[in-house]
Formats: sequence, C-alpha cells, structure tokens
Amino acid sequence: MIRLTRKTEFCAAHFYHNPAFSAEENRRIFGKCNNPHGHGHNYVLEVTVAGEPDAATGMLLDLRELKDIVEREVVQRLDHRHLNYEVPELAGKIPTCENVAAQIWRWLAPSITTGRLARVRLYESPDLYVDCTEDGASAAA
Amino acid sequence: MKRVLTRRYAFAASHRLYSSAFGAEENQRLYGKCANPYGHGHNYVLEVSVTGPVDDATGMIVNLADLDEFVNREVVEPFDHVNLNEQVPAFRETVPTTENLCREIFRRLAQFSPARLERVRIEETSKNSFEMTADEAGA
Repeated sequence: MIRLTRKTEFCAAHFYHNPAFSAEENRRIFGKCNNPHGHGHNYVLEVTVAGEPDAATGMLLDLRELKDIVEREVVQRLDHRHLNYEVPELAGKIPTCENVAAQIWRWLAPSITTGRLARVRLYESPDLYVDCTEDGASAAA
Repeated sequence: MKRVLTRRYAFAASHRLYSSAFGAEENQRLYGKCANPYGHGHNYVLEVSVTGPVDDATGMIVNLADLDEFVNREVVEPFDHVNLNEQVPAFRETVPTTENLCREIFRRLAQFSPARLERVRIEETSKNSFEMTADEAGA
C-alpha cells in the first residue's frame, strides 16, 4: 500500500467561547483565545490518501483530482473565513484544531473514492497540529 | 475517527556519548566524534502527542496551557541549557543517546493524567529524529 500526501494552506479567523460558561470561566479555560474580537492563523493542511497505484498510470490518485477535491471541500469553505460565523458545520462547536480537523475529515472522507482517506493533519501553527485517522473500530467496520 | 494532538517544544543541551562498559578505543570506534571528552550539544526539538476524547464543552483533547505547564516542568526546564550526562540523574549511568532520551522523556510524560501520551518524537538535528509510541512503551 502507498500513502500519498498533499499539502494545502488556508487562512482563517476564530475565537473560543462557550456560552454555557461564565465570562470568567471562558477567560480561565481559553485564555487569550477567548478574545471576542478573534484572531487568526495560517493553517497548513496535509491530506493523506492510501491505496494501491493503478498499474497503467502508476498513480494512486491523480494529484489534480485530489487538489480539486481539497479546494472544493475545504479551501472554498474555510479560506479567509471566520470559523465561528461562516461555517455552518462548526456552528455551536468551539473551532479548536481538534474540531476543525474532524470536520475536514467529514468533508473529505466521502469525496475521496479512489483510494481512501488515511489521515488529515491540520497545523494551526508550526508548533501545534492535530491528526485524524480511522480508529480501529471504524476501520474494521 | 481517532484524534491525536501534537505540540512542539525545544531545548538546547550538551552531551557526550561514552560508555564506562567499554574502553577508550572501543568508545571511539562506537561513538566517533560524539565520544570527544568535553562533549557537544544540540538544539533538540521535542514533539509530544496526546490522545483522548474531545470534550464537547471546550472542543479540546487537552487544554494546551495544562500540557505546556506539565511538559515545561517535567522536561524543558530540567533539560534546557544543561549537560545531560552530568545534570540529569537518569544519564549518570546510561548513555544519553537520543534513543535513551526518548525513553526517559516518555517515562516522565506518561505521568500526564488529562490525556493519554501517544508518542514522543525528538529531532536531535534537522537530519536525525527518534520516536517512541505508547504501544512500544507497553503503556
């Protein structure tokens, strides 16, 4: 099996606030990420697809096709957007790297039909990233 | 879907690779310039990966402030700008190769309770990296 990874970047704004918490709790738990005016990141997304290369083309998946899928499913939804206000799928969720990466997985997994989505790695900054992979249970199912 | 969060840290330290189990010539053969008597140093980069359920209320596997506080206290502060052979008790008798450094850092960070330690990865230089996962640690 071969794993192919393509990297993409997008820029977005967010802040962390849970209305179920008091203002003080929000500040304590989320720190400066709670600033209601928001802040932003240059996110780096690595999408990994696993499978066997086609014997005739030598390709697991046409990179142009993968680029188009990531552009359509992720970049057009998130790039230069405010994650708290402009992404319906994240409404009511705290737009942490954990939750944004999981949502990217949900968008991409059904769209990748040649090979299968093996990993979504989302860097919020060079020093922080989240990996989403199939867990044992869902991989076996 | 399994989610794993990784945070990168850095520390700078000196070390010397020399085992008292071997003679001077054998150390020189095994460790080469890493056995030079006065030691040398690296800018180590440490990646700490943790996993666990994502709390719906916070959207987090772990609060980064808690992870940073723990990793800084257990690893970065005691390892930064020190001589690993002389100032970290675990390396008085054990050669501070980055393999052994992985084990020692994994042992220290496995005590972190808010999430499960999944992996420790250390870049000794931009060209060499070493990693250890929970499975390998028998956790």
